Amino acid sequence: MQNHPVYIDTDPQSEYSTLNLGPTHPATHGVFQNVLQLDGERIVSGVSTIGYIHRAFEKIAEHRPFYQITPLTDRLNYCSSPINNMGWHMTVEKLLNITTPKRVDYMRIIIMELARIADHIICNGVLGVDTGAFTGFLYMMEHREEIYEIYEEICGSRLTTNIGRIGGFERNFNQIAFDKIRKFIKKFPPVLKEFEALFNRNRIFVDRTRGVAPVSAEDALSYSWSGPLLRAAGIDYDVRAMEPYSSYDEFDFEVPVGENGDVYNRFLVRNEEMWQSLRLIEQALTKIEKEPSDIFHADVPAFYLPPKEEVYNNMEALIYHFKIVMGEVETPTAEVYHAVEGANGELGFYLVNDGGRSPYRLHFRRPSFINYQMYAPMSRGMLLSDAIINMSSLNIIAGELDA
Amino acid sequence: MGKIANEELLRRLDENFAGKVKETGADFGLLTVEVDADVITEVLTFLKTDSALKFIFLTDITAIHYPEQEKQIGVIYHLHSLTTNTRIRLKVFLSLDNLHIPTASTIWDGANWMERETYDFFGVIFDGHPDLRRILNVDDMTVFPMRREYPLEDPNRVDKKDYFFGR
Repeated sequence: MQNHPVYIDTDPQSEYSTLNLGPTHPATHGVFQNVLQLDGERIVSGVSTIGYIHRAFEKIAEHRPFYQITPLTDRLNYCSSPINNMGWHMTVEKLLNITTPKRVDYMRIIIMELARIADHIICNGVLGVDTGAFTGFLYMMEHREEIYEIYEEICGSRLTTNIGRIGGFERNFNQIAFDKIRKFIKKFPPVLKEFEALFNRNRIFVDRTRGVAPVSAEDALSYSWSGPLLRAAGIDYDVRAMEPYSSYDEFDFEVPVGENGDVYNRFLVRNEEMWQSLRLIEQALTKIEKEPSDIFHADVPAFYLPPKEEVYNNMEALIYHFKIVMGEVETPTAEVYHAVEGANGELGFYLVNDGGRSPYRLHFRRPSFINYQMYAPMSRGMLLSDAIINMSSLNIIAGELDA
Repeated sequence: MGKIANEELLRRLDENFAGKVKETGADFGLLTVEVDADVITEVLTFLKTDSALKFIFLTDITAIHYPEQEKQIGVIYHLHSLTTNTRIRLKVFLSLDNLHIPTASTIWDGANWMERETYDFFGVIFDGHPDLRRILNVDDMTVFPMRREYPLEDPNRVDKKDYFFGR
């Protein structure tokens, strides 16, 4: 596959027609513009325009103390914001050499895996919708709602969660939260099974997806694909397994791998990842019971806000509170790259710190941005309807694409 | 295969590019080397194709602006060797009057947009890039907004200045 830009032929005598797919086309699920040159229904060439919701997060991050950057990360991949939040906290913890207690790690894994399931529910559900099957989407969407209720119980918000703090969580999981998580992992597997039964061997679905937009392992690597897309192409690269963070190394899970990277393989890989996520949550729930139940953050008074009642009654707590809020804490001068396995690939944070109140430079390695660049070149020669489902299964989230 | 030790990695680079590559640190175990702009293509190709190293995965390309340095713009490459699970960070420093650097998009297709983004925000010109246009900002923007001289907020605002905080 050649990586040269594809421009639209502006010759008025040309027999090709030009189609603006997006920026607000209902089939693209987000703000994506692709100007396509069509020969009938077949795409001759295309060019992607991105940046419609660019919000300059990297610039903003250079002016904010660390804890105020968490809400920015929410708005990257907003379908699984907790993973972004945790990734950022872990980056800062790496910079500051903070070791989190085991219980915090397990709590994080529960939340991150729930977020992964929520993200895959949307991607696979919408892929079903785009191929003409609305039912599966509705079955699954009900359970994304349950995941959002779990977030709500833990941090109070649903979509842009701002969950957790540097060093741990802002508050402990309460009994209702645990009950909801247990209820979810009991209720969700039969639904996922039903969802798979609806699609995996469904003639219409398989005809529409198998062999559509296949990607070889070489191309996937050359385009720096990561996450379920790379794994569907046959490369077993998962950050959770390669560079375990948050105690993932203690867990037993498999990394599903596809064969030829087509839409069907990506669908299967995501489904299997949901099963693996359920396994991880179950293990985390068992492990968490052996840990002291009142620990939910690391003992780092210089970075973790003290409880409010202590701030009013305890001089030391008041000092720490002031220092943290004003960004007055000493931080080391260092460079950190920390990656987590986001729902659609390797989400990396490259943080350059000079000891000031905010990062000197913060760069997000955003999987959607990097995964999306193959879209226009790979669409060449494809039918328009296939290009639509190809975009669905790439799971490009506009917030993460444009940062 | 296990992780490649930083010393070993550095030795291999020294063997092949003596004097052109120098270590600048290994924060948190991630080897960081500074590379001369004229050999960057060779270094990247060597790292990717060497049978023992195999840094086949281009994780990221970005840049940093250090206004107080003589060579102000640093282009940062993160590579990952998936078979040995080793990462390396390469830095190339460029001065503002010569922001040219050879493109990596001939080595990895994925470098295309990463370099466009770097150009968009820092004005680094990647020679040989097939389509070096702005990507996230509007096409008629005249500045490179991630450079330090462009403040985020009203430059007249003083209530957040460091000297109010004893710095």
